[in-house]
Amino acid sequence: MIPLSWYIIFAALLFCIGLYGALARRNALAILMAIEIMLNAVNITLVAFWRYITPEYVSGQAFALIVFAVAASEAAVGLALIISLYRKRKTVAVEEIDMLKW
Amino acid sequence: MTLYQIAFLVAAFLTLVAALMTVSSPSMVHSALWLILTLGGIAVLFLLLNAGFLAVVQVAVYIDAIAIMIIIVVMLTQGAVRRQLQQVSRAWWGAAVAAILLFVGLLMIFNQTPALATTAPPLLQSQEAMLKDLGQALVDVNHYILPFEVASVLLLAALIGSIIIAWPLRKPESEGGEG
Repeated sequence: MIPLSWYIIFAALLFCIGLYGALARRNALAILMAIEIMLNAVNITLVAFWRYITPEYVSGQAFALIVFAVAASEAAVGLALIISLYRKRKTVAVEEIDMLKW
Repeated sequence: MTLYQIAFLVAAFLTLVAALMTVSSPSMVHSALWLILTLGGIAVLFLLLNAGFLAVVQVAVYIDAIAIMIIIVVMLTQGAVRRQLQQVSRAWWGAAVAAILLFVGLLMIFNQTPALATTAPPLLQSQEAMLKDLGQALVDVNHYILPFEVASVLLLAALIGSIIIAWPLRKPESEGGEG
């Protein structure tokens, strides 16, 4: 069978790829995608620990479902913000969005 | 090497390659398509973890809703993307160093965790009974009804909030942006 460490190392790698994307990309949409990748990596960890350590409780799956709900609302609000910013400034590059800087 | 291990390795490799392409592809449309492959690979991993319901939710919520929404917004903002050729910031190497450092730190923590060597214990009940338990626990007063209701209020707030934020401007000249 698959050892737990494979899942955890895979999730860590995926999280680090997402972190790189969130820090390095200039496009607000790309940053949102990288954040989705990071949330998915956390979900894999959560479900893997549930399956290997406490399969008798449903808490791992319940937590993962809540993470799904949070990810969906985060994506909805983030995309609405990007559309609104694009209408006002005609840009999606994060360093050009400096209306709060003075 | 059992069949499960080969399936895991193939799915994990595909997912990681797709994630790398997502964060490094110069075209945003390609990025979004690679993101769909990443999310699909994670759905396969959920299946390998005996969480079939989560795999279905992953496809329904992430691939169906979030990824399609991202592709639509990519196409709505395509003009800005085409003009903006440089996709990564000047300090991208700093981000790469931070990500590698985080990975090394996580590996060092994993080395000290004895629980990681365990293999999967057999499931105590069938998948159907587990799914029934999960559904009942989500609306059980003694279990997760509070997070469940908070999540539904959060979704409603996100719905209203995104409608208000993305509402078309009536008088663009009175707003703060200079275009």
